[in-house]
This record gives sequence, structure tokens and C-alpha cells, in this order.
Amino acid sequence: MIHNNCLQITDKGLKDWLAKIIAGGKQLYAPVREGDKTAFKWLDSVAEISMEHIQTTQSAKAVAFPRAEKLFSYQKEKGAVTLQDYNPDNLSETVIFGLHPCDAAGFRPLGSIFNWDTPDKPYNERRKRMTLITVSCTKSDEFCFCTSVNGGPGNTEGSDILLTPLKKDYLVEIITEKGQKLVEAYQSCFDTPPENSDKEACLAKVPVRFSPEEVSRKLSGMFESKVWETQSERCLGCGACAFVCPACACFDIQENSKGNSGDRLRCWDSCGFSLFTLHTSGHNPRSTQSQRWRQRLMHKFSYMPDRLSVIGCTGCGRCSRACPVDMNIAEHLADIG
Amino acid sequence: MTDYNIYLPYLVAIEKITEEAPGVKTFRLKFKNDEDARRFSFKAGQFAEYSVFGEGECTFCIASSPTRDGYVECTFREAGKVTSALAKLEEGETMGFRGPFGNTFPLDAWKGKNLLFIAGGIALPPMRCVIWNVLDTRENFKDVSILYGAKSVADLVYKDELKAWDERPDVKLVTTVDPGGETPDWKGAIGFVPSVLEKMNPSAENTIAIVCGPPVMIKFTFPVLDKLGFKPEQIYTTLENRMKCGVGKCGRCNVGKMYVCKDGPVFSRVALEALPAEY
Repeated sequence: MIHNNCLQITDKGLKDWLAKIIAGGKQLYAPVREGDKTAFKWLDSVAEISMEHIQTTQSAKAVAFPRAEKLFSYQKEKGAVTLQDYNPDNLSETVIFGLHPCDAAGFRPLGSIFNWDTPDKPYNERRKRMTLITVSCTKSDEFCFCTSVNGGPGNTEGSDILLTPLKKDYLVEIITEKGQKLVEAYQSCFDTPPENSDKEACLAKVPVRFSPEEVSRKLSGMFESKVWETQSERCLGCGACAFVCPACACFDIQENSKGNSGDRLRCWDSCGFSLFTLHTSGHNPRSTQSQRWRQRLMHKFSYMPDRLSVIGCTGCGRCSRACPVDMNIAEHLADIG
Repeated sequence: MTDYNIYLPYLVAIEKITEEAPGVKTFRLKFKNDEDARRFSFKAGQFAEYSVFGEGECTFCIASSPTRDGYVECTFREAGKVTSALAKLEEGETMGFRGPFGNTFPLDAWKGKNLLFIAGGIALPPMRCVIWNVLDTRENFKDVSILYGAKSVADLVYKDELKAWDERPDVKLVTTVDPGGETPDWKGAIGFVPSVLEKMNPSAENTIAIVCGPPVMIKFTFPVLDKLGFKPEQIYTTLENRMKCGVGKCGRCNVGKMYVCKDGPVFSRVALEALPAEY
């Protein structure tokens, strides 16, 4: 019997459970330590999993929105063209383990963009095959700001199951039906929870840096502000912030052709690049880095809340950790809000 | 939830190629699949993604009128990688077509009004769609005037259609070329669109002005329309921004919070004035 949709699992039970999930035929994507960094990998063995990190280099976004994805294929033969439509049949059922609540929350803005009026089949087919076993954060660093964007270190949004490391063992919160199924199939791995598992006491303390409503309200009148120039003076336009972001969805459509056949691909792109908006005529509506920095902040904290009722940021802090010139988005937003 | 792939183009055959001007061609496209042809519909002002397999996609308006069934046309200038590849295609060849996307000219709201079309250069194609739509439903509208300007006589597109419009008693057509762009037998006006418009002196009374052209033409045409008494709500234009997806996802075309691909490409001057200068 599952009480209040909460269970408990030991460290050993957790490893058994994940091993059984792999043995059951699902693909497991989980954090693995590589030198001083931790990255998500597709794993055959649970022994490689590492949970010592504050944040993985990349989020788990690529499982639903790969860096390069085939949208369809074409073949040209004697003037005739045949198309092979996107085929989801070979996509695997995947379990993502060990992502933090900020990464699980990232699938909400992604889903909002990819389903705005016209559903995006490649994204949705991958997303519906994913089950997210998120792990709450017990530690954070100066770059974390989830609590400033309606998130939190023990937030359940986007997750199917949330594990919170207690003093000993993990608290298991079952959030969705998908999560329920994954627990029920391997129920022997779990224990009933103790009467008073104090989840809150085990979570990281992430200070609130700004109010997203206040930032959004102010941004709506700041298009012409000088702040974009001063904030972006040192921006190199490298696009690293977009590539590590769990909520960035901007993409390019490119051709990968070989002789008479090929694929049309969707590839990650960034609003930070000058080529992103360049017209063939040479005209560029966002020709300066400050205009592109404005677009990045406005899109996430003003346009998306306005048009899609979701903030395009989950406070994971990766953009600031990855920035080669130490631009810190939370500081810039705190200055505005 | 719809189950189709929004990135998969229709296959279309190039039925006819018309050389309009140096580097400018019109393709008449027919759906290869009858079912696609039957299901497809669009409205004046909408755009599409045209693809050359192996090269990529490019964005332009549908230049034919929805009143002409069975085909769509596009007119483009050879400029970048994909349009250059497109220009190399021949009649009978197969290409891709994805659309229609974007909003439309509010033709229903324009019923009973005079229409004044003002176009410059390669911007006649987006307007040609609505011009033919209007002429094919001529009884719905009062006076129809067209002012079209190009750099030179050679750069005028749709030369046969300009002749046809000129011969119609129910259309007032003024064509103009930039000073120096005329030929010895040129019978049209000589001068830039804004100054020719001023000389035409059209009445703003019950009139809608539709302005499409290069940014510099639009910049100097709006003050003339102001002088003639046109209010912002009587003026319409189209915007273009770089696009990839056409459906509000790839992140390129937004002007402030508005997306040219979803909220445009047609904007009234009222809507245009509410936009930041990001186009």
C-alpha cells in the first residue's frame, strides 16, 4: 500500500530499482562524474551514477530536444522526390534519474513553446516516452536561484517521482501516474515512509533574489533602456548560456545531404549569435550584442510570461556557471527587479 | 492533439516558370498529391516555406490569389543560398512547400471601401495576392488604385499583369521608375514612390492604403499618407523577418513580444506603431 503517495527507499534499494528498470528494457539517463564535472550519460550499469554534484554540465533537455534531430528524410531519384516522415517507432522508453527540480521544471517552458498552437511531433513523441525521477537538492551554490522563478530545491513540477535524500534513505514522492507505474512495477525495492520524514529540513536553502512578477512588469517598459548596453558590454556572443539552458528552445533548420538523399535537421541555436536574425539583404534587426542580450532576457522573463504564461527560466544557474566572462543572470535580474 | 509533422513539406511540381526581371522568377506550383491539393487552402497575405531538397528552406509570401484554385505561385529574387538553388530548378521538377502560415489581410473588413495599393520593387508579390483577390471579387470594393514603382523598367515584375490592370476600366494603375531607370519608350511616371503618390493625391475618404516595399520606401511613404489625411487605422503593411519554422517556435522573427510568423506578416499601422524598432 502506498500511503499519501509517499514511500521510502534505501540507497541499496534505489540501486536495485534502477538496475531492474534497465533490465526491464528502459534506457537510463543519469549523472556520471567525469573529472571535476558531472554529465548525463546513457547507462548500462547503475554503478557509474554519481550524485555528488550541485549541477550537471548540461540539463537533461537533450532527451526530448536533441542537439540535432532528423525531422524527415528525402530521396531524389531521376527527378522524383520521396519523403520519409519522422518515425517515432524506434524511440525508446527512457527514464531520467538524478536530475534536479530545476531541470524537471524546464520541460514546462519547452513544452509550452513546442505546443504553441501547432504541436511539435518530434518533441512530443520523445517527451511522452520519458519518466523523470528527480532528486531534490540538499546543497546549492551562489549561482542557484530556483526560488526566484517559482521553483524550489524540493519542487515537484515536471517530475514523475521526486526523491529527497533524508538523513538516511530517500523519501519517495510519487507525482504522476507514470511515476506510480514505475514504482508499482518494482514495489519490493521500497519501504513505507517513517511517520515524520521532515523533507523541508533536508533541502538546500536557496535565497530569493528577485520577484519574477516584478521583473516581468518592469521589463515590459524597458525595451529602450540603457541597461542592455551596460549589462552586455562584456558579452562575447558565444551562446554557451543557451546551450546549457534547460529552457532554451531556439533552433535552426539545416540540411544534411549526401548525394541524392539526406535529412532535414533541427539543431540547437542561440539568440546570442549575430547570424541568428541576419536577413539575406544584410539587414539585421538585432545587429548588436546588447540587442541580443535584451532579446534573451525579454524573451524569458517578459515575452514568454506574456504569451505562454510561463517563465523561460528555472533558476538552474548554468548560464552563469558556463559564462566565460562571468555574466550572472540572477544579478542582472536582481538589478532590474 | 494533431499527429502530423509540422516540418514535413508538401511535394509540389513546378508547372510554370516566368522570368519577371533580372534575377526574379515566378514559379507556379501544383501539388503532386491530389489529396493535398483538395485539403489545402489559404488567405491573402499568408506566407510559406519553400524548399529545395539538399539546400534548405526559404520564406516568402504566397503571390497568387486564393480565388485562383489549383495552384500556388511564388515570386522570388535570387539572393541567398536557397533562392539561388531554387532559381536553378526547371519546369517539371519537384520541390517542397510548407504552409500557409501567418495572418491575413482583413478583406472582409475592407468591403465597401476604396483600396489604394502602394508597392515598391520586389514587394509587389505579397500585394499581387490581395490585388487579384480584390479584382476577382471586384463588386465588394469601390475604387481600386495601384501605385507601383521599381528601380528601372527592367526591374518591374508582372509586366503582363501590369498591362492587364492598366487596361481595366475599374482599376487605376500608376507605374513609376526611379529617375534614370526609364527607357526611351517608357510611358509611366518617373520618380520615387512617395513623390509620385503625392502627385496622385488620392482621397483618404473611406480608403484603405496597403503599403509594401523596402524599408526606405515605407519610411518616406507614411508621411505622405499622413499629409493626405490617412489615419494609422487606414494603413496596412507587411513585415518580414528571418524565419525558420514559420510557427512561432524557432525564436527568430519576433519583434518585441509579437511574432511576425504568427501575429503577422500583415500589420496595421496602429499595430506597427506599438512595436519596438526590431524589424
